[in-house]
Amino acid sequence: MIAVELTKLLRRPRTWISIALLCLLPTIVAIFLAVTDVAPRPGEGPAFLSAVLANGALFPAAALGIVLPLFLPVAVAVVAGDSVAGEANTGTLRYLLVRPVGRTRLLVAKLASVMAFLLIAVIAVATTAFIVGTRLFVPEPNSPAAIVTGLSGSTLTKEQLAWRTAMVILYIAWSMLGVAAVALFLSTVTDSGLGAALGALAVLVMSQVLVTLDAASSIKAYLPTRYWLAWVDFFRDPILWRDIERGLVVQGIYVVVLLAMAWANFMTRDITA
Amino acid sequence: MIRTEGLTKRFGSVVAVDGIDLDVREGDRYGFLGPNGSGKTTTVRMLLGLVFATSGRIELLGQPVPGRVRRALVDVGALIEGPAAYGHLSARSNLMLMDAAGPSGHHGERRTRRTRVAEVLEQVGLDAVGRRPVKAYSLGMRQRLGLAAALLRKPRLLVLDEPTNGLDPQGIREVRDLLVSLNEQGTTVFLSSHLLTEVEALCTRIGVLDRGRLVLQDDLANLQRTTGRVLVRTPDPDIAAAVLDGQLDHRDGDRLVVRGIAPEDLTAQLVKAGARITEVVGERQTLEDVVLSVTSSGSDRVTGGTAPRFTGRRRPS
Repeated sequence: MIAVELTKLLRRPRTWISIALLCLLPTIVAIFLAVTDVAPRPGEGPAFLSAVLANGALFPAAALGIVLPLFLPVAVAVVAGDSVAGEANTGTLRYLLVRPVGRTRLLVAKLASVMAFLLIAVIAVATTAFIVGTRLFVPEPNSPAAIVTGLSGSTLTKEQLAWRTAMVILYIAWSMLGVAAVALFLSTVTDSGLGAALGALAVLVMSQVLVTLDAASSIKAYLPTRYWLAWVDFFRDPILWRDIERGLVVQGIYVVVLLAMAWANFMTRDITA
Repeated sequence: MIRTEGLTKRFGSVVAVDGIDLDVREGDRYGFLGPNGSGKTTTVRMLLGLVFATSGRIELLGQPVPGRVRRALVDVGALIEGPAAYGHLSARSNLMLMDAAGPSGHHGERRTRRTRVAEVLEQVGLDAVGRRPVKAYSLGMRQRLGLAAALLRKPRLLVLDEPTNGLDPQGIREVRDLLVSLNEQGTTVFLSSHLLTEVEALCTRIGVLDRGRLVLQDDLANLQRTTGRVLVRTPDPDIAAAVLDGQLDHRDGDRLVVRGIAPEDLTAQLVKAGARITEVVGERQTLEDVVLSVTSSGSDRVTGGTAPRFTGRRRPS
């Protein structure tokens, strides 16, 4: 069943269009930076963008920073929100269930296909950004910029950089899994994929607003988006693990609880669509 | 094949299905009749484990539903409330995907998939449709595709909800012939429909649902029994009327309705009296009469008069 779901995902034009759009935004940003040479001042704008101008090797991380706040969650919410509700909407859900495909199996397969999508999306963004970044921002040999420096000012070797970028990819994918879990749960509640996606985005916006609100500081640590930006800490020396670990745990709790809710709801629900 | 006891489904305060006892036997062509909104689709969905019953028991191919519905479903092909497919894929890809989604083994082997898909597409008359995506199909073609999906694993039981929706008369005939031939090869057919004529033309057993209640369940042959009256057409109605005085129920031009006499005796009497005869048939109840007499919404509309409607709908014996 997982293979069937992956086939459906990969044969769907929408999948590739949304991934192409995700890759397009950082590319446009890179072109503007390269043409104008005007970088945001350090500490302003998306993380790392100021450092990118000197050396494109950091651009994959910067590109992920660009798509993380909005583009990536939207794409993930749309795919995950559509997963069960979309089948209900087209009527194929009832035919899958009487084929028969067990409800648990179907849900697991849907989850697997959503995870595949978000991994493909994150890796595609990072890869495009690496290619674009290293082409457009070539440091002069022997200049100080040829050495990549992390946020703490110490130098990173190529291996360190690759390794840390890989961890960033996984961390962001894990954060997106939280979004996917919200959307997947809502997808088992409603028969409208759009409704589920918008519902998940509403949750995120709410969380983002509360994160910046000092009055809500007592619950801040439990908000799903609170630690989304903690991936920046992978580029400190030594890596600052505290927020990353907390981010993993908070996100993990959301994923487990929401998936359990999705499962419980789907198992007991009348399929009338 | 299908057996329910006191099957009930409530949606909030609305009772959609109210204590029905279905009994579909192996080899039946069972017609599940009822007006729209009478609970047919909800019942079908409960039988297939999509909707959970509020109370009552269901047995599908000997397996309790929903407890072990999946064991039964491998032998069931279903068309529920219209076909559904992935619009961007072709008929063939849709069937391949659907088959791959189901459990392997049991008429679902991977190596026979391609041939089985080609077979069912030919059975429903879609073999020449090629690679066009389903979203470009007409309603009738989608209906055929839905039927193909139901037939994919050579099911022992076919559960079909309005299978001829959107088909032209030619297509309806084709589907009916296909179902009859499958039934002759041993497939039990459960057909849910609000179209009396369709059920009458295909089915051997009838269940009638009215406002969630099963008001009738019998063999079609029992329902279409003779009424004991004889319908006569003659160019000499006056002679005939004189001979049959006292037994004549109704007279309308050259048409007479006679009771209390067998058609063969009637013919002999009329010939002896010198009346020529165009047509003599024993009157039979039509399914329509029976269904209207047991369903509430229908019985409201039947006019109070006892005059028989002498129309072409009466079936000759």
